[in-house]
Amino acid sequence: MAQKRKTSGTDSKPTAVRRIIAKYGGQTRAIIPILQDIQDRERWLSSQVLEEVARELDVPLAHVYSVATFYKSLSLEPRGRHICTVCMGTACHVRGGTAILEHFERRLRIRAGQTSPDREYTLERVNCLGACALAPLVVADGRYYSQMTESKANAVLETLGRRSERPHRNPSGAGRRR
Amino acid sequence: MAKALTRMTAEEIIGEITASGLRGRGGAGFPTGRKWDLCRREKARPKYLICNGDEGDPGAFMDRSVLEADPHAVLEGMVVGAKAVGAAKGFIYIRNEYPLALERMGIAIRQGRKLGLLGKDILGSGFDFDLEIVRGAGAFVSGEETALIASIEGQRAFPRPRPPYPAQHGLWGQPTVINNVETWANIPSIIRRGAAWFSGLGTETSKGTKIFSLVGKINNTGLVEVPMGIRLRDIVFGIGGGIPGGREFKAVQIGGPSGGCIPNQLLDLPVDYESLSRAGAMMGSGGMIVMDEDTCMVDIALYFLRFTQEESCGKCAPCRIGTRQMAEILARIAAGEGGPEDLKKLEELALTVKHGSLCGLGQTAPNPVLSTMRYFLDEYRAHIDDRRCPALVCKNLITFVIEPEKCVGCLLCLKNCPANAVAGEPKKVHVIDQAACIKCGACFNVCPPKIRAVSKTTP
Ligand SMILES: Cc1cc2nc3c(=O)[nH]c(=O)nc-3n(C[C@H](O)[C@H](O)[C@H](O)COP(=O)(O)O)c2cc1C
Ligand code: SF4
Ligand code: FES
Repeated sequence: MAQKRKTSGTDSKPTAVRRIIAKYGGQTRAIIPILQDIQDRERWLSSQVLEEVARELDVPLAHVYSVATFYKSLSLEPRGRHICTVCMGTACHVRGGTAILEHFERRLRIRAGQTSPDREYTLERVNCLGACALAPLVVADGRYYSQMTESKANAVLETLGRRSERPHRNPSGAGRRR
Repeated sequence: MAKALTRMTAEEIIGEITASGLRGRGGAGFPTGRKWDLCRREKARPKYLICNGDEGDPGAFMDRSVLEADPHAVLEGMVVGAKAVGAAKGFIYIRNEYPLALERMGIAIRQGRKLGLLGKDILGSGFDFDLEIVRGAGAFVSGEETALIASIEGQRAFPRPRPPYPAQHGLWGQPTVINNVETWANIPSIIRRGAAWFSGLGTETSKGTKIFSLVGKINNTGLVEVPMGIRLRDIVFGIGGGIPGGREFKAVQIGGPSGGCIPNQLLDLPVDYESLSRAGAMMGSGGMIVMDEDTCMVDIALYFLRFTQEESCGKCAPCRIGTRQMAEILARIAAGEGGPEDLKKLEELALTVKHGSLCGLGQTAPNPVLSTMRYFLDEYRAHIDDRRCPALVCKNLITFVIEPEKCVGCLLCLKNCPANAVAGEPKKVHVIDQAACIKCGACFNVCPPKIRAVSKTTP
């Protein structure tokens, strides 16, 4: 595997981004997994991070942006501490998924794809989670909730709310790691 | 796998796969043996294999279950394929939404390497082949084979014109075989049990078995593996156990956003590639979404058009603009604001999008509209001519009312209405303020089943 790391002068301390790039041997073709790994860590991709990736991989910044904006799993905006994903796949749709999404939109006062101003919640929609037999489906902070109804949705939101009220284990880095 | 590696030549393997009649399970149904043979004849080295585990069709999850439950079948299939076409490396592309599948495939690959089933000199046969997992990044179009290749190369997932086909000019310009998860998983048993066993199942043109995901308004939901050619009725009413709650069957949607809706009168259709296409649907990857009388066909067409419009990569104008216009017209019809000329416009646009688009996404995007117009034109007419939604789905055309003689004044709907549109006092009949109502259906859902005072109506 071709090692293509650039050592740019004195500034060579191994940042998180550099470590991730090194894991993929500095190959430009790995740009998507590199961005995914960074996002798994940071939960979104800031312009500084994108610039650093362009610099380290030695590719035009425009290329990094073209990839980062194309794929839906990559987010160029900060995401909330709690992520609610409502499935909008066909099976969930015919079993009332749209009403569930609208319920979440009303309760969280944000539209799908948005993050609440206090960065507590991000509401997302997904095309299918591959668990269609359990439709309609909602994933909240990585937990799957099946056969959703409005009242079940309220219970889910309550669980998340309670959890966010508990003192966070790592207040300074709140929201850095899941 | 051991048999293919040590006792069969590349030609013999391909001969066996061709004789089995296996056709691709990822959508188009291209004969797998032919695809491999094309690639085998290419002189350029290295060659690559790709397993397409993007499974983008909403409502389908058989690839996920294969990847989670039997990753080794895929792995074995790919080693056999590698020997057949002379590939040195394979990539397994799995969508991001399937964390467990990603994890289990990773384990299977590590096990394979440890046991000498992957890597250098597999089973002492002198044959080298290794696999790498690629995690998808959330774009429906990246399931299209040329777009998927671009995605592995680290580009945006834009499809490109074919020919040249990936078998000649694929990953990094090298000959590449790309097959669906289920296609790969079929290979080991064909080699083990022989082509005759496989082609003994199914129909004249569609051999073997196929996994379908049976979901929606159906009693037994889940995955079913059935021989090709089985009647749709046997799947829906036999295995599926019919429609829950005594509701009436309306249609089954097959083939995802590229597919169509098959109505009641065609339930005796045999399930094979050709019959489904003739009926305006498509085998696709095998999602079957059952719909009952509470499903509005205009709403379903709108749902799919919004989907394809959102997922269009935007490279071709007919797909990018056409799907948007079709979605706008459908939205108008669903809102009760459609005119009689809209149906004609939809049909014209459908043709333009079908013929003017580069990849399968655009070429098949109009199918859900065309098939619902073909079988359920009366529903379109009801929305346009009478401004009513017979299935009671389209919000603009329905009203929620409380029947005074049934209401016991329990306050449940009043408390649950997010728009504060319900007025009433304990033990007194409640009333919905139609001007404030946002048609969310909360009152309808919370009114206790024994009372059922809230009803949905359309003009
Ligand atoms: C828009 C679009 C999306 C597709 N998505 C998938 C997919 O998710 N999974 C898949 O196996 N094939 C998908 N295909 C089909 C692939 O292009 C290709 O035909 C298939 O991977 C070939 O494998 P097979 O011969 O084993 O079916 C898609 C095609 C189009 C046009
Ligand atoms: S048909 Fe649509 S999805 Fe396919 S290449 Fe053209 S614009 Fe992209
Ligand atoms: S449609 Fe919602 S999980 Fe598949």
